[in-house]
Amino acid sequence: MRDRLTTIWTLLSINIRERLMYRGDFAFATLVRFLPLVTQIFLWAAIFRVGTATATGKIQGYAYGDMIAYFLLANVGRAFSSMPGLASGIAKEIREGSIKRFLTQPVDLLDFYFYARMAHKLVYYVVAFGPFALVFWLCREFFPPLPDYWTMAGFGLSLVFAFLIGFFTESLIGLIAFWFLEVGSLIFIFMMLNYFLSGHMIPLDFLKDRMPYAVDLLIDYLPFQYLAYFPSAVWLGRYNHTELARHLVAAFLWVLALWAINRLALARGLRRYSAYGG
Amino acid sequence: MIAIDVRNLAKSYRVFRKREGLWGSVTGLFHRDYKTVEAVRSVSFQIERGEMVAFLGPNGAGKTTTLKLLAGLIYPTSGEATVLGHVPWKREIAYRRQFALVMGQKNQLWWDLPARESFRLHKEIYRIPADRYDRRVGELTELLEVTKLIDQPVRELSLGERMRMELIAALLHEPEVLLLDEPTIGLDVVSQRRVQEFLRTYQRERGLTVILTSHYMKDVEALCERAIIINEGEIKHDGPLADIVDRFSTHKVIELQFAGTEVPAGLEEFGSIVESQPPRVKLRVPKARVAETLAAVLSRHNVEDVGVQDRPLEEAIAEMFTQHSQANAAKQSDQSDSA
Repeated sequence: MRDRLTTIWTLLSINIRERLMYRGDFAFATLVRFLPLVTQIFLWAAIFRVGTATATGKIQGYAYGDMIAYFLLANVGRAFSSMPGLASGIAKEIREGSIKRFLTQPVDLLDFYFYARMAHKLVYYVVAFGPFALVFWLCREFFPPLPDYWTMAGFGLSLVFAFLIGFFTESLIGLIAFWFLEVGSLIFIFMMLNYFLSGHMIPLDFLKDRMPYAVDLLIDYLPFQYLAYFPSAVWLGRYNHTELARHLVAAFLWVLALWAINRLALARGLRRYSAYGG
Repeated sequence: MIAIDVRNLAKSYRVFRKREGLWGSVTGLFHRDYKTVEAVRSVSFQIERGEMVAFLGPNGAGKTTTLKLLAGLIYPTSGEATVLGHVPWKREIAYRRQFALVMGQKNQLWWDLPARESFRLHKEIYRIPADRYDRRVGELTELLEVTKLIDQPVRELSLGERMRMELIAALLHEPEVLLLDEPTIGLDVVSQRRVQEFLRTYQRERGLTVILTSHYMKDVEALCERAIIINEGEIKHDGPLADIVDRFSTHKVIELQFAGTEVPAGLEEFGSIVESQPPRVKLRVPKARVAETLAAVLSRHNVEDVGVQDRPLEEAIAEMFTQHSQANAAKQSDQSDSA
């Protein structure tokens, strides 16, 4: 167990050190991610000015302040669930043959990527904490009072599940490269669906019962909602304790299912792997 | 004691045959033709513990595919193989701890970090005790003369320095079997020599079992006593390296130095002139006629110095492959005629 923990720590630390190697690019990339956040706040302000007759008017049950609070919390969820470069990175390793190090050395490909991603996230949170805190403080008036402890714990769990579901969905897309080699289009489709169905673009309440039934089914029965909407909705108190527990169990089952599918895809993929690239 | 035991190992791939041109690309969207490529066909050999064996063959002969099978990277279509008692493609952790694969064209070190960081990661994943790890890093960096470079980012190292770091990473866990695929590809002469010397010393001291593929015959001659030659997926020769020239070279080279400053006329009747730098000349003569030719030249001309050389290993192997391809082409042509 101690050996395993040491290996995990080494994987984490080497990934952190690699992440910090290009300081300029990393700091810039981290800070630039806040630009869309700020532009979205202004965009919603404009939408509410046009779409409502009064400053306190609502769209689909959301006042301007509710929308900003939702949107900022959804971005916290995204900070856990988004995995830039993961699927394309795995696909590249398969296509170019560098995946062979995971087959010849005693280290598991998914474990390796998992800890690498965890390291990237840890570094990101440290760097992003300040700017995030500043935006939240500036928008503090839009947030409801702090929820009860159960809800706060549920929020914490929802972020963990957002990370795990985000990781396993993207790694699964990467593993599809064992069959298709090139998964660029698949990643693009996934990103589009993710943006729409995770609640990153607009709250999912805007879509429910107002879109074709098929879209409702997609929202309800696919795991996208756990990537952004769910953590935000938990903090904003949109679920009672029973609903919260039901959703947490569903998210956990999704994690298990995606983990199992990843393991299956990896095992099957390795059987058909041809060790391309010399 | 046998370290590597390969019996009737075969691997075939199904590959897409793309039609030429834009229209070919469009039709390829709807219908694809595939063909089966037999990369390795019923290959069998055994390698004893502590042996260093060269695996030779032209590009596409099946060398790297065989190495990939032995490293467990790919599954065979048929046949069996064990390395240190393990079936490679089962990819057992116990097996992975006992061998290493180094591919000259692939970088396994972390590109942006110093090699020391990659070594440290290897220490953890191979569970190398701290004291042994320190000793190994010290020994290997000293032997390969890279002690001062260990804390420099890998991307800043030259190709030769990088390859030496790759070797250290591969040997840190003291593998019993080392699979080397073109370890000196692209290296300058000095780096090649360093890698060769290191491999020779290390292999002898440790009794490591090594399979080496290389297009550089100097590597092979410097390191291996036994060679397995593979072409079109089949083993063509398995035995002492020295036998290759005897077996596959049909000619020898007679080097003559004549008295005076000129080369006499009419030497073509004895054999083909390979090189002429008056008063020296090199004649290519069929092996069976060497004695007879020498006697004739010495009786007719005033010769100051004479030497008989085997053809270089590289040429002997090239000749063997050419003969083999011509024989295959003739066989295929006969088959199509009779059809």
